[in-house]
Amino acid sequence: MNELIVNIKRPNLLTFTMPIVAVLGAMFGFVTGNIFGDPFIGAVGGAVVGAVLALALAKIVSIKRWKKIWGVAVVFAVVAALFGGVGGFLGGFVVGLSMGWFATWVGTGKYRAGVPIYYTPGQVLWHCTFLFICAFVFFFLIAPLIPVVWLSFNAENFFTFTPEMLSFKSAGYSLKHYRDFLGTDEWMVPLKNSLIIAPIATLISVSLGTLAAIGLSQSHVPGRQVMMAILISPMIVPLIISATGMFFFYAPLGNWLQLNLGLNQAFVGYVKVILAHAVLGIPFVIITVTATLVGFDSSLTRAAANMGADPVTTFFRVQMPLILPGVISGGLFAFITSFDEVVVVLFVGSARQQTLPWQMYTGLREQISPTILAAATILVSVSILLLATVELLRRRSERLRGMSPG
Amino acid sequence: MRLLTSISVTALLVASSGTSFAADDMASNMTLVSWGGAYQASQTAAYAEPYKKMHPDVTITWDESSNEAVAKLRAMNEANNVTWDLVDVVAADALRLCDEGLAMEIDPDEMLEAAPDGTSAEDDFGDLLVSDCFIPQIVYSTTFGYRTDMVPEGVSAPDDICDVFDVETYPGKRSLEKRPINNMEWALLCDGVAKDDVYDVLATPEGQQQALDKLATIKDDVIWWSAGADTPQLLADGEVFMGSTYNGRLFSAIVEQDQPIAMLWDAQVFDLDGWIIPAGLPEDRLARVKDFLRFATDTQRLADQAKYISYGPARASSAPLVGKHAELGIDMAPHMPTDPKNSKNTFLYNYEFWADYRDDIDAKFQAWLAQ
Repeated sequence: MNELIVNIKRPNLLTFTMPIVAVLGAMFGFVTGNIFGDPFIGAVGGAVVGAVLALALAKIVSIKRWKKIWGVAVVFAVVAALFGGVGGFLGGFVVGLSMGWFATWVGTGKYRAGVPIYYTPGQVLWHCTFLFICAFVFFFLIAPLIPVVWLSFNAENFFTFTPEMLSFKSAGYSLKHYRDFLGTDEWMVPLKNSLIIAPIATLISVSLGTLAAIGLSQSHVPGRQVMMAILISPMIVPLIISATGMFFFYAPLGNWLQLNLGLNQAFVGYVKVILAHAVLGIPFVIITVTATLVGFDSSLTRAAANMGADPVTTFFRVQMPLILPGVISGGLFAFITSFDEVVVVLFVGSARQQTLPWQMYTGLREQISPTILAAATILVSVSILLLATVELLRRRSERLRGMSPG
Repeated sequence: MRLLTSISVTALLVASSGTSFAADDMASNMTLVSWGGAYQASQTAAYAEPYKKMHPDVTITWDESSNEAVAKLRAMNEANNVTWDLVDVVAADALRLCDEGLAMEIDPDEMLEAAPDGTSAEDDFGDLLVSDCFIPQIVYSTTFGYRTDMVPEGVSAPDDICDVFDVETYPGKRSLEKRPINNMEWALLCDGVAKDDVYDVLATPEGQQQALDKLATIKDDVIWWSAGADTPQLLADGEVFMGSTYNGRLFSAIVEQDQPIAMLWDAQVFDLDGWIIPAGLPEDRLARVKDFLRFATDTQRLADQAKYISYGPARASSAPLVGKHAELGIDMAPHMPTDPKNSKNTFLYNYEFWADYRDDIDAKFQAWLAQ
């Protein structure tokens, strides 16, 4: 691919590079102009800046591309800092980086690098558009998280970017929402409840779901399509319907447990929520385990039986290790289902089983406090760490087993 | 098998953590239902924490479900599984719950503390005992706040309820509650209906249409809110110029959060908020609730609450005890909706009217919103 670049001739500066970079400049200018109150003038100014930038970068040939880009970024940042302080500096740096990269990318013909030499301009255009769409998809998936994390360090009790925050003064930032989250029962009790309910519900769903999947994968079980449909129904039925049904189903059950077995109210509450969440998690386990069982060679169980192993031993020693990836991913889904669930717990649980999503939900409705953002930031960091750890462990074990070169 | 053991061990741990019985046949746990936010914080500070200090073995669980208390209590009752012990509701909801038999009737003189000077509880609360099941805590008002920095130049700051409907002098968005109550009354007041005639006019279909027509003149400029926290957030963001909400929420935004917001106060609508006890509680829980209730609604406790939030105490004997803000040390009296300067022009929410007409007008209002 690298050899190809050498053969690409530079596109025409006046008819191609300058207009395209000007369009990008106009877009940035429009946004900047909007902040200062006049998007139109901003757009025109941005277009001019873009065109001049494209021209200048094309005329300077002696400097390496990345040096040019950093140079542009620094110049933009310094100019913007004159108007907007620290916030302007950062904004200008990002805009300069993108403009510089884009101008050199278009100007040196690098945009053709990834496509075969015989592509028509239309095909090249589509190829680049496609890359940009992909980049935007990632951007829009990740972008909503950025203000959440940023606002969680707000010094005020509102979801508002204050002028102090935007100019990066330390007065605009504080850790008080993190102190609120970590230091008060209001949030720690729900966290504890979530950590009690989700793992136990997951254990139940995984055990029952795996057994059901193994049973249902046997061809001699009568009516297994129907059974499968019933077991998967919690995933298909609208949650609010299941929740209402569960409320009326578990209430007498709970009363019976309290009156006849003398169990206390809080304990019965946990049992109800855990069972309800287990039901919601079971379909995920069944589906993932059934999928892995398709690849399971059933002659292995016959071989094990042939060697004198009883079905239980066969299951734990032969079948289980082979379908373990399916079981684990099913378990992860079940865990997340329970950990994120708010509707069923609102119906089935009482205030003493308040989970983290419940607290976030009422908090958002009743008091719009940035503590929710602190909680969200912590949860996001924990999930990223967990996923990264799982992925690293997986790669390590693959490497140990010699399954992948990396 | 290992799995089963681990589950049952966890179960036992959970079970044992909740079983410490109080000595005097009172339940050791109470679930209180309230509104969350600054209001619940004031209740925690004024009643719950001091009560816990006196009874260290009691745990108090809060449930922020007052907003849907009526529906939830109905469902709980139907399922015979009432998990709440004391529920904070607005007076209108208390009337409904009482009518449906979901709330317990109370005898104020027997269950509540008398005033320090010996006045009976019934006389101390006076007219505010609007229902047989309802123990009022506070008087709050629904009123408007506006951004002081968004008042147009050369125009005096809004001081009249009708400025809400004047989008020419005061351009900008307004936030109004997404229900007819209060909005319809304000609309009629600003459409030339005299204060005393508002509910008579609103009882007729023509009057209802008149109110909706008046609201229609600002419909394009309205952001509708449904939670008390919405308007302070919208004001803090500068997304609206003015908005209605409970006066305590505005107090917290102005005084505690230091936002450039001021109160309108004109034609503020008074309403009551207080406790109800769900009907049919088991004896030990009822005993605990009664004990707590007697403490939490005495003269000093209600006055203490006003240290944390700018709502007027419901007992006449508490009013002279209202002092300074607990943390900021400012005088609370000028921030109370009942302060003479703030209550020059007030409007009393008509419970009977809304009990009779709520469903009908609600339907019309929602249909109008969807147009």
